[in-house]
Amino acid sequence: MTAQNSLFDIKHLEKIADQVRGEVIQLSHSAQTPHLGSSLSCIDILVVLYWSILSIDSQNSTAPDRDRFILSKGHAATALYAALAYRGFFPLDELRNYAQPGSVMAEHPSIGSAPGIEAATGSLGHGLPIGLGMALASQIQNLSYRVFVVMSDGECNEGSVWEAAMIAPAHGLSNLIVVIDYNKWQATGRSQDVTSIDPLDGKWRAFGWDVYELDGNSIENLVNVLGSIPNSANKPIAIIAHTIKGKGVSFMEDDNNWHYRIPTASEVEEAKKELGLI
Amino acid sequence: MRNVFADEITRLAVEDKRIVLLSGDIGNRLFNNYKEVAANRFFNCGVAEANMIGMSTGMALCGLRPVAYTIAPFITTRCLEQIRVDVCYHNSPVIIVGVGAGFSYAGLGATHHSGEDIAFLRAIPNMHVVCPGDPVEVRLALRAAIDLNKPVYLRLGKKGEPIVHGTSPDFQIGRVITVLEGNDVCLISTGNILPVVVEAAEELDKIGLSAQVVSCHSVKPLDLEFLEFAFSKFRLVATIEEHSRIGGLGGSVAEWFTDQPILNARLQRIGTSDLFLHEVGDQAYVRHRFGLTASAISKQVLRKLSQF
Repeated sequence: MTAQNSLFDIKHLEKIADQVRGEVIQLSHSAQTPHLGSSLSCIDILVVLYWSILSIDSQNSTAPDRDRFILSKGHAATALYAALAYRGFFPLDELRNYAQPGSVMAEHPSIGSAPGIEAATGSLGHGLPIGLGMALASQIQNLSYRVFVVMSDGECNEGSVWEAAMIAPAHGLSNLIVVIDYNKWQATGRSQDVTSIDPLDGKWRAFGWDVYELDGNSIENLVNVLGSIPNSANKPIAIIAHTIKGKGVSFMEDDNNWHYRIPTASEVEEAKKELGLI
Repeated sequence: MRNVFADEITRLAVEDKRIVLLSGDIGNRLFNNYKEVAANRFFNCGVAEANMIGMSTGMALCGLRPVAYTIAPFITTRCLEQIRVDVCYHNSPVIIVGVGAGFSYAGLGATHHSGEDIAFLRAIPNMHVVCPGDPVEVRLALRAAIDLNKPVYLRLGKKGEPIVHGTSPDFQIGRVITVLEGNDVCLISTGNILPVVVEAAEELDKIGLSAQVVSCHSVKPLDLEFLEFAFSKFRLVATIEEHSRIGGLGGSVAEWFTDQPILNARLQRIGTSDLFLHEVGDQAYVRHRFGLTASAISKQVLRKLSQF
C-alpha cells in the first residue's frame, strides 16, 4: 500500500499538479462555482500527499490501516475531487458530475461524494478535531496509520481549531499532521489584518506542536519535508506551508478577487496555456 | 441517573472494546471504576466541547463507539454545529450524554439550565433523542443507543432520581413504556419528570379519574402507533416534560397531531415557560414555579377537562 518510488519524481509530480490545476480551473468555469484561488493554492500540497506521502490504496479506499486525509478547508473541494480522480480513486469522467443537479459531488465534500473522502467539510474548524479523534483511534486500535489535515489560514479564526491544538499534544499524537495552506488571504481580506495571525509558527509551537515551515507551492520542498517527518517525537506536527492564492496562473496569483470570481472561457484557455496544457 | 450511567458504561466498556468515554472535565471520581477497566478508552477532553464532539466523530468514523458526556447545555447548545455537521451529517454512531438536563442544576442559574435541548437536537436529521424516565431506563437506554449504531442524544437527570420500574421493562427506542394503565386520560411523560407524573396520576385516581401513564423516553422517533391508540381511546392526552413547551415532547406531539385527521382526544402540553429563570431555587422550587409538581399537573389536567 505504500507509494511507489517511481512516483517520487519531482518533475512528474509537477506535471500532475499542472494537470490538476487545469482540471480545477475547468471545473470552476463549467460548473460556475467559486473558491478557485483557494483551490489553486493547496494543489501542490495535495499532489505531494496523495502521490508520495499517504499510505493509501486507491482501489481499497476503506482499508482500516490506511492513512487518513481530511481537507478541512472544504471550499477547495475541486482540488480534492481532481486529485482523487487523477490518483485513480474514480474515473476522470465522473468529475463532469461536479456541482450538477442531482449529483452527490457538491461544492463542499462529504463522505459519499467520491471514494477516498474521509470527512464532510465546508464549515471551517471541523477537520482538525475529527482528525484528532482519528489519530487517537489509531492508538486505541493498535494501528499505525497517520492522519493529515489540510486547513486554511482563515480557518485558524475558528476557536475549535485551538481547542484541538491544545489537546493533541497532551496525548503525544505524533501521527497527527496538520498542514496550513498559508496563502495570507481569507475571503474578504488579508489574514493578518482580520486577525493577528502572525506569528503563526510561534502559535503552534507555543501550543506544543513540532513546527516546520516550507514553500507550499514547491513540490520539491514539500516532498523533502513531508517525506522526512520523524514519527517518534511524541508531538503532533504542524506544517506552515507558505503558498500563493491562485498559484499557477499569473493573472490569478495573490489576487483575492479569485476567491469568488469564476473564469470565463477565454480565461480558462489562457490559464491552460500558461500551465502548458494546450 | 448519573451514578447508574457511570456504572452501566463501565459494564459496557468491559463487554465492548469499541466503547470510548469522553468527558468534558466533569465527573470527578465518578468514572474511577471505568478508568480501572478501560484506562486507554477514557479521555478527559477538558472544557472544550466543540472539539470533544469532533473527536468523537473522528473515532466513530474509525469504527469506535464514542460516548461523550458533560452537563446538558454544554454538550448541546454549546456545540450544536459540531453535533449537526460532525455527528449527524456523517450519521456517525456517537452517543451524546447530557447530564443534569432540565432543571437538575437549577441552583446554578440559567447558564446551567437545559430547557431547550430537546427542541434543538430533535430538529437535526439522523439524530435520535432519548430521555430515560428513571435509573432503570438509563441502563436500558444506554444499551439500546449502543445497539442502534446511529447518533443518539441521551438526556439524563443528575442524581437521586427514584426508581419507577419495579422490573426491567421492554425498552425499544421509538416505543413507549406503559407505567400505569388507565381509561380516562393519558399522561405521556418524557425524562426525569416521570416519578412526578406517576404521583399526579395517583392524585387523579383519588378523585375518580383513571389516568394512563407512559414513559415516552423516545422523543425522536416518536411512537406513532401508540399516539394513534392514545388519541383514539382517551378524552385528553397530556404531554409532560421538564423542558420548554416549545419544541420538546409536547411540540413534537403537536406537530404530529396537526397532520392527523380529526382525532377524539384533545392535546395538552405541560412543560416549562418560554423564559430564563432569574430567581434562585433548587429543582423542587423550579418545578413548583412552572407547575410541574404532582398536584399542579393534576390540577392542570382537571382544568383542561372542564373546558370540554
